[in-house]
Amino acid sequence: MPRMGETVDSGTVNEWFKQVGDQVAEGEPLLEIGTDKVDTEVPAPASGTLAEIRVQEGETVPVATVLAVIKLQNGGVVSVITYREAAARGIAQEMRRDPDVIFLGEDIAAAGGVFKATVGLLEEFGPRRVIDTPISEQAILGAATGAAMTGLRPIAEIMFSDFFAVCWDLVANEMAKIRYMSDGQLTLPLVIRCANGAGVRFGAQHSQSVENWAMAVPGLKVVAPSNPRDVIGLLAAAVRDPDPVIFFEHKALYATKGEVPDSGEVTGELGRASVLRSGGDATILALAAMVPRAQAAAQRLSADHGIEATVIDVRSLVPLDTRTILGSVAETGRLFTVEENPRLCGWGAEIVSIVAEEAFGALSGPAIRITTPHIPLPAADRLEDHLLPSVDRITETVRKALD
Amino acid sequence: MTVETGVVTTVVPQDTELIQLLTPEGERTGHPDYPLDDVDLKGLYRDMVLVRRIDTEAISLQRQGELGIWASLLGQEAAQIGSGRALSPKDMAFPTYREHGVAWCRGVDPVKLLELYRGVSHGGWNPEEHKFQLYTIVIGAQTLHATGYAMGIQRDGADDEAVIVYFGDGATSQGDVNEAFIWASVFNAPVVFFCQNNQWAISEPLERQSRIPLYQRARGFGFPGVRVDGNDVLACYAVTRKALRAAREGQGPTLIEAFTYRMGAHTTTDDPTRYRLASELETWKLRDPIERVKSYLIRSGQAEPSFFDEIDAEAKRVGGRVREACRTMPDPAPMALFDHVYAGQNRILAGERQRYAEYLDSFGEGAGR
Repeated sequence: MPRMGETVDSGTVNEWFKQVGDQVAEGEPLLEIGTDKVDTEVPAPASGTLAEIRVQEGETVPVATVLAVIKLQNGGVVSVITYREAAARGIAQEMRRDPDVIFLGEDIAAAGGVFKATVGLLEEFGPRRVIDTPISEQAILGAATGAAMTGLRPIAEIMFSDFFAVCWDLVANEMAKIRYMSDGQLTLPLVIRCANGAGVRFGAQHSQSVENWAMAVPGLKVVAPSNPRDVIGLLAAAVRDPDPVIFFEHKALYATKGEVPDSGEVTGELGRASVLRSGGDATILALAAMVPRAQAAAQRLSADHGIEATVIDVRSLVPLDTRTILGSVAETGRLFTVEENPRLCGWGAEIVSIVAEEAFGALSGPAIRITTPHIPLPAADRLEDHLLPSVDRITETVRKALD
Repeated sequence: MTVETGVVTTVVPQDTELIQLLTPEGERTGHPDYPLDDVDLKGLYRDMVLVRRIDTEAISLQRQGELGIWASLLGQEAAQIGSGRALSPKDMAFPTYREHGVAWCRGVDPVKLLELYRGVSHGGWNPEEHKFQLYTIVIGAQTLHATGYAMGIQRDGADDEAVIVYFGDGATSQGDVNEAFIWASVFNAPVVFFCQNNQWAISEPLERQSRIPLYQRARGFGFPGVRVDGNDVLACYAVTRKALRAAREGQGPTLIEAFTYRMGAHTTTDDPTRYRLASELETWKLRDPIERVKSYLIRSGQAEPSFFDEIDAEAKRVGGRVREACRTMPDPAPMALFDHVYAGQNRILAGERQRYAEYLDSFGEGAGR
């Protein structure tokens, strides 16, 4: 039984989502726990087989009681891989599973991707399924749309998310609306991967965080993983989803590492945030490259100032896991968002708005957004570093707000 | 021809060949590349008369406030019926918003077209059943969908189906269309690009889109281009049939420029008298796509006067049916607003849906829905 809040000493199992013998994936909802404050879904802490349920539905037990036993896959062997390796592995996993999955984009096949995130795919799947295309972003997305109409499940790559500006018609006016405008007759199961975000000195036209462009278009789903496991799991979920999904990889995270099960399928779920750390003083929401910074800030707040913050990786902007977010704010009473996007109309603005509307009474102070200013991004190292939310800035902002 | 294009004066090369099998005067001519001996010309005539009647009916309905807008095909019947009847049952067509004649050939009830222009449906026919995709409103985007679709069926190894995509002269200035040409070319996609050059993109004349005849652009992209008399239903049929056959046989794309004329306004919101001369329209009336077929059928003794009377009577019936159906179309239910945004619901959308339902119910249980 996890500690669901500072003052919570016990919890009731409301519902098990899995049965004994089921396969469970790390991060997948396992059960719902109710406390006197809030009902919350609890994710599986690891992937494997649910071997035993020790607390039945309706039972109330103290914190730290063992609720269930998960038998780890392959004895729990994991390896540490990079975020870029995870991208290739995620695509490969889906291409092996489903022969209708194809992958197309610029420099993705022979070159293995300009970020080297698609190395080895051409060798394994051949040029019929891993297709180097002309330098035509509109055609990449338009052809992916047409290919999806034939029953394929294309993964299309737009090299830099900034380049969405040259092909947005295909995203916003075509693929996002084709289901709606065909009265549900046409379905476009396709994924657009792209490299989003700053931190690698690429300047104003190659560093933007544009997830909010996509978030503003009904019909699109929008995800942005922060770690290798989520890259694979969320990509699997995106490929298997019946709607177009914009998949924002973060170019500054490509070299970062994380644990991933060594073998077996890695899956995930769209619309599910991930609670990385629990604390009763503040809720800190972050996305993609801001997630590790928020975690580091939370550790510093705890060690240096005695402030215990919950850190939530939002992961999926559309659909948005409002339940987890509202549940956490209900416990802590304070909300902070850490956003890389320029301030106006960033994703955090929408979440703050939802919280203000649905949990205003739970707030004990103003919601605070920590963002880049509303200016284009510079290429100079120290200027870019200065603009993006840093561990220092996050720590100081939270500390002062709770003072 | 010398054309003033702002700061430069350019010499536009004249077209060298216009494929024509039936002259504006109704004389049957031959072409060695396009033999034709098995065509049902009376059937093509009937198709053209009926779609012109449907079109006329729709314009009237718009004027009477029954349709929000209508995009007339007047003058382009031969291009659409000729190419539409050249399709085999398995071929897939990607239309613009003006392909009412092709829709007719693919068995789409004209009433379905009117639903779209009345705003009570987003596009109500089954694209797979008719092998006719939904109307594309955004200029040129469908050329990319068609190319991707063609790459998809190419991948399946199909040799009995091809794709045809319709667009206009204005669309050739769009990046989408040029990217589609490049892709179709380098991937050798089984797609026929059917450009109805009706001379006008709303108020922009062809000279504002191109310094060369449009069909010649294909050469630069690496595939054949052909210009056909777009008001000659036989030539449109023969040229399209040949291009589709080549595509099915693995010879890749063809650009067909159907040289025609938009005899009406761009849409019912447009007034062409503001930007083009009446004499131009008069010139093109002499090349009417329907009249030349009628002349030939009479002159060659293939049709009696009673045939034309029967077609006119049928056109009247079809027009009446369309009119009646349009006037009695039910409005969609308000709650349909929330359908098909995504395959399933999400929490935010479900909340909005519920609040809207509650708002409607505030007028009395179920009254608003």
